[in-house]
Amino acid sequence: MAIDFELSQGSQISQDHYHRVAQEQMRPISRKYDLAEHHLPTEWVDYWWKDGRKGPKKATLDVKNDGFVTVCLQAEELCWGDAGLYLRMPTPALGGSAVSAAGTDEQKKRFMSAFREEGGHPIWGAMAITEPQAGSDAAAIETTADFDPDTDEWILNGTKIFCTAGEGAATADGGFIVVWATIDKSAGRGGIKSFVVMANTPGMELIGCEKKLGIRASDTATLRFDNCRVPKENLLGSAEVKKKDPTKSGDKGFKGAMATFDASRPIVAAMATGVGRASLDFLKEELERQGITIRYDAAPRDLTAIERDVIEMEADLQAARLLTWRAAWMMNTGKANNLEASMAKAKAGLAVTKITQKAVQILGPVGYSKKLLVEKWMRDAKINDIYEGTQQINQLIVARRILDYPSAMLR
Amino acid sequence: MIDFEPSEEQALIIETVRQFAENEIRPLCREADESGAPPKSVVEAAHELGLVANALPEAQGGGGERSALTGVLVAEELAWGDLAIALAILSPSLVGLPVADFGSESQRNELLPPLMEGAFKPGSLAIVEPRFDFDVYHPQTTAKRDGDEILLDGVKCQVPWLEGGEHVVVVASESGSDANSGGLAAFVVPRETAGLSAEPELMMGLGGLPTVELTLSGVRIPASARLEAEDADIRRMIDRGRVALAAAGVGVARASFEVSRDYAKERETFGQPIATRQAIAFKLADMAIEIDGARLLVWEAAAALDRGEDATRLARLAYDQTMRISLQVTDGAVQVFGGHGYIRDYLPELHLRNVSGFASFEALTLV
Repeated sequence: MAIDFELSQGSQISQDHYHRVAQEQMRPISRKYDLAEHHLPTEWVDYWWKDGRKGPKKATLDVKNDGFVTVCLQAEELCWGDAGLYLRMPTPALGGSAVSAAGTDEQKKRFMSAFREEGGHPIWGAMAITEPQAGSDAAAIETTADFDPDTDEWILNGTKIFCTAGEGAATADGGFIVVWATIDKSAGRGGIKSFVVMANTPGMELIGCEKKLGIRASDTATLRFDNCRVPKENLLGSAEVKKKDPTKSGDKGFKGAMATFDASRPIVAAMATGVGRASLDFLKEELERQGITIRYDAAPRDLTAIERDVIEMEADLQAARLLTWRAAWMMNTGKANNLEASMAKAKAGLAVTKITQKAVQILGPVGYSKKLLVEKWMRDAKINDIYEGTQQINQLIVARRILDYPSAMLR
Repeated sequence: MIDFEPSEEQALIIETVRQFAENEIRPLCREADESGAPPKSVVEAAHELGLVANALPEAQGGGGERSALTGVLVAEELAWGDLAIALAILSPSLVGLPVADFGSESQRNELLPPLMEGAFKPGSLAIVEPRFDFDVYHPQTTAKRDGDEILLDGVKCQVPWLEGGEHVVVVASESGSDANSGGLAAFVVPRETAGLSAEPELMMGLGGLPTVELTLSGVRIPASARLEAEDADIRRMIDRGRVALAAAGVGVARASFEVSRDYAKERETFGQPIATRQAIAFKLADMAIEIDGARLLVWEAAAALDRGEDATRLARLAYDQTMRISLQVTDGAVQVFGGHGYIRDYLPELHLRNVSGFASFEALTLV
């Protein structure tokens, strides 16, 4: 072990590969699907299903040692291409993370194998947690799951919103949505379980997709569950309800579910970094075209305001990227990374929000115009400071960790 | 491959220096700041640890373990104890590292062993000049060739000047008959040289580190006092200074974060510790995040130096980020302490005064 900032060969191959994909497959249709909100980006979806999902050829990936760093690099490059299209890729996505984290081997095989099969049609995975009245406070969800012993089925009732990739996952046969629901409201968070609902299951209705500030190529679905029946075998984890113990900060089942975020937050941080870098790369290229090269070796008092801004943007972006890599590296080395995952997400979400806004400001009318993508990147970036735990939720997690406070002491 | 784990040897060094900083440096940081000098016993004890000697060449009796990464790990831990005392402890490297890198064999043989053998021997590096528009790459201090001699003229400031030091490395703009003139150059000048006058300085912070404003008027030194460093070499030395200082800045910020975190858990308002309030807790969370981010930038720049790559951009990013966040963190710490933060019985005001200097510091320490 030794501190090292050089990417492994496998990571580099992967990074180069996905940069090309972003450049060739995503950028050319980036504006098209920003404007054509709610239209399936068929070129991209078909490309991914046919070729993209195979990944880089000849990659000598060292999955065991730096697989998570490589996943972060992939997310960064593809979101450098287009964050909305990235979220519209036909993959298991967060649904897959939940199945991987909490599912049995049988469940992993049953739900995930369709994503690896050749041919067929594109399918999606998704996760549905948020409800109209409960977002950050995930323990306050009201969707219920009742067991019917006569049929050995769980019956889901409730409404889910902000379900990323929810349209594809709900309607393309073979895909699935992991739905959080409570099997015992009196047990609080201890009663919350997650259920795999296959696409087109009767009782699950796609109400529609949100109209959003950015990431418009991504289908953000509202779903209604009206006596939606799922087999007993689709429950992830155990059905046992741990009663809330007021002396403890939370029970293990809910914490286990929340642990999915330790894996997903570094990826979202990497996605954010990709959007921020798109903006910063373009800004620097545009400045170069105008004859302005950033002088990293000029005296502070000689730097122009623009140079100062760009240097600060770069430092913030790189800090976010390194915090992300650290959290990912910890996943690979089996270290608990709850604190570091939230640090990366909090830093990246805010950094790229500011970076993309600053790029619009610096470029003036050019930045504000839809002729270019700078204004789009600003709109796309903002979501990174909101989803997968808002800035404030991640600050809360970091604060509890550094203060060694249980959640009851800091809300 | 991406890795954030210090080597076993580095982990051992970190642990040793951390304990030293906690047990020896921190308890005396206030006294040093108020008295204007580092505690001799601490500086001598640190000298015994061989932190500087470890990085100097084996040929002259050093450890030969030069590593910018190890250097930044050490600098952060020492500065966590106290920035001024840390800079005093590391000051032999201000002569040692430039001479090791760019000195002739006779310079190395003459100047390096005394830094390691016997009692603590401080070093000095004169680089900053007392003007608001100082440009480190184009100092107004000049070096002119005059036969076998070099003539130095100019005014420097923020020059560490501890008791017992014998040499100061002076960075100047070279001019004269040479075609390749005009670049940066560095000269080893005995502190007793005629024409050199050192006026003790008082600054907002760094009270524990004696520094001087150094006037060089017609200072004559033999041509052999010039280090074999060209403009690009001195620029790289400036990068090394930024990375080293940034590491120290991270150390101060971490210290300030820790004391304010602990205070926030004890201090109560309306029957509850103030740390249970989001206004305070989130401020502390932001401090922790920014400190870790800055530290990783510093490590990345140090790793680039160790690989022999151009590190100017990364050094700048790391230094500027540290300058910003250390101010944010230490000012935040004063705020968390409230009225007590303004009182010199507590550390945050000392930390705030110390990191405020990062806007003007250059190469107060090197890796």
